[in-house]
Amino acid sequence: MRYWRRPLDFDRMHVPHGAVRIIADRCKGCAFCVEYCPRDVLEMSRDFNRKGYHPPKVVKADECVNCNLCEMICPEFAIFSVPLEESPCTLSPQAS
Amino acid sequence: MHAVPSGVLTGVHYLDGDFACGEGAMAAGCRFVAGYPITPSTEVVERIARRFPMMGGVFIQMEDELASMAAIVGASWTGTKSMTVTSGPGFSLMMENIGLAAMMETPCVVVNVQRAGPSTGLPTMVGQGDMMQARWGSHGDYAIIALCPQSPQEAFDLTVDAFNLSEQYRVPVLIMMDECVGHMTEKVVIPTADRIEVVPRTLTAKSPAEYWPYQTNGGMVPEFARAGDGYRFHTTGLTHDERGYPAMSVECQERCVRRLVEKIRSNADRIVRFEEEETDGADVVVVAYGITARVARAGMELARKRGVKVGFFRLVVAWPFPERRIRELAGGVKAFVVPEINCGQMVLEVERSAAGKAAAISLPHAGGGVHEPERIAEALVEAVK
Amino acid sequence: MSTALEGTEVRPDEHPIAPFMRMDRMPHIWCPECGLGTVVKCFAAALEETKVDLDKLAIVSGIGCTGRTAGYMKLDGFHSTHGRAIPFATGLKLGRPELLVTVFSGDGDLVGIGGNHFIHAARRNMDLFVILVNNFIYGMTGGQNAPTTPIEARSSTMPFGNFERAFNLPHLAASCGASYVARWTCLHVRRLSKAFGEGLNRKGFRFVEVIAPCPTLYARLNKLGGGLDLMRFYHDDAEVRNGADTREVGIAYQQKIICGKFVDEEKPTFLEMMHAHYRRILGEKYVPMPPEGGLLRG
Repeated sequence: MRYWRRPLDFDRMHVPHGAVRIIADRCKGCAFCVEYCPRDVLEMSRDFNRKGYHPPKVVKADECVNCNLCEMICPEFAIFSVPLEESPCTLSPQAS
Repeated sequence: MHAVPSGVLTGVHYLDGDFACGEGAMAAGCRFVAGYPITPSTEVVERIARRFPMMGGVFIQMEDELASMAAIVGASWTGTKSMTVTSGPGFSLMMENIGLAAMMETPCVVVNVQRAGPSTGLPTMVGQGDMMQARWGSHGDYAIIALCPQSPQEAFDLTVDAFNLSEQYRVPVLIMMDECVGHMTEKVVIPTADRIEVVPRTLTAKSPAEYWPYQTNGGMVPEFARAGDGYRFHTTGLTHDERGYPAMSVECQERCVRRLVEKIRSNADRIVRFEEEETDGADVVVVAYGITARVARAGMELARKRGVKVGFFRLVVAWPFPERRIRELAGGVKAFVVPEINCGQMVLEVERSAAGKAAAISLPHAGGGVHEPERIAEALVEAVK
Repeated sequence: MSTALEGTEVRPDEHPIAPFMRMDRMPHIWCPECGLGTVVKCFAAALEETKVDLDKLAIVSGIGCTGRTAGYMKLDGFHSTHGRAIPFATGLKLGRPELLVTVFSGDGDLVGIGGNHFIHAARRNMDLFVILVNNFIYGMTGGQNAPTTPIEARSSTMPFGNFERAFNLPHLAASCGASYVARWTCLHVRRLSKAFGEGLNRKGFRFVEVIAPCPTLYARLNKLGGGLDLMRFYHDDAEVRNGADTREVGIAYQQKIICGKFVDEEKPTFLEMMHAHYRRILGEKYVPMPPEGGLLRG
């Protein structure tokens, strides 16, 4: 994250992390989660679930910040995220 | 259980049938009424609108009869006894939700103060033309109970009975009054609350974990749970299984619908009620209900004076129909004469029940007035020739 | 956010919506790419967030795809007749005033056949929270024209395109007297949940219109692609205008969808007016229906 100055509460801030859980057999391949994940964590897989749909798969697990958008937007209740341990913020100039 | 005193207007009153019906509802513990004005039934709700605020009841005039019927089904699911009131045109509008009440097994009472039909008909004049509709009006197979008061006193008494039957069998119960009885003013005696037997809304003793809304354990009537008590049950107008979940299968339809019909059919002997006089040794029996029963008495007296041995049979409960008794009587009489203020409806039931052993003679009246007793007498004399 | 409800354990492998749903009835019948599941999840999220007493929350649905919601949620649920969810809910509310009664149904059910009941309940400011999912079509029965179908859109009963004007639902609700009126699409998951939470916490006639994709009928009959295509359309063409004049929020075919909270006023509810009036006129003699309802015990 690029800052123009170091925020005063920087040491208290943490970056949340999440782990995506996919209930593959419930998925009907609508791709809402893939489309709207703000961190591009997901892609549609080429696997088949029991119903013949392609469920999503996690391609960038480290990027998940547990925002739960996938959990909210999935019409089949087939995907959600759980919190993992938070990590401290960094002042790295690379986009994160 | 005895009636709750707050609703009982104990005393000797001079009331019309509509008012007496309203009093009966309040005495029975009804505390929610939704209705839409329609002549000649409006006085029932007008009475209730005046008295309900004093006893914790809620009356709401809904936007139409469909809403009224839907509202009383909803209210009943809170454990509150509920009722609506209408006449012919409104009765037709209520049919879909009467079916809903039957399917969901919701106790409720529907009063139809019949007027001459069809369609708008004669709004202020008597008819009895909704009797078949009472039984078959909603689509599909189901069974209901219908009662016919013949006086304001009976309008009170039978309304209490209607609520009790509704609770017992978890079925909509219809009070098929007619405009004459509804608008006739007579003495009505309302006893003290402790002398009025009332079947309370009974809640299941099962815990939410064990309770299934439509499980009957081999019986006919499931246990009731009301919304808001933590049961988190589901009920639907779709064919459903014992959990109240929609289930689309032939087996489920058979189980679900068959029980709705058998619930009443198999208990018919307990529910049926009639008034029978001098049928022993009679040659002809006059079968009537509502106001026509009172006119039929006069006709009967005239015929008896002419030497005809006439028996009297009055339907107090019209549905289920007392077919067993009619069949028994049919073995010993020449004919039944059935005067009705319609073009012949309950006579079809009499004919069916008589099974060819006695004639069933219809004495129709298209509506707007009552029969002339002389006409009934003539028919009775003719019947024994 | 896989927080469990008090007393209910969510298995680590189970979706957080599980405590609110009848999991023994899953999977639901809604089509792939249908937005209804999303709307239900947003509602469940609002239930969790507002911590309403779920035992006192009753849900009433009518007939149609959205109408199936009452059957899927683990609440006292009533699947009533077509169009009559609102009067049914009125009976529930008046028979036991402490209940929080939610009506969850579709556009055809609530403002087509149920239109009369909709306007009167709004007029009375009846204490009902009405969630109307608008997919611009009668989905369950095969894609017929709805009172919300925009001009030009095709449906099975308007095979050459609709020529009837459509309702502007926020305007209808507001002009009838609703005390809370909002519209969101099911893409606006957070703002929709927030709106649901606001609706649950307010009194009177609260109305939220939710635009959701119907891929199998509306999108297909109109060659609009699938559910994701409609979601992309909402993304590109939904505009948030809180406080907008409801006269201007009508929806034309594949044009801008104005979303936002349009009305949020405190107005006396039906029950408040009833109690106040009777107290004033009847004084001591008035006996109100108790909040626990009209069940009489011996």
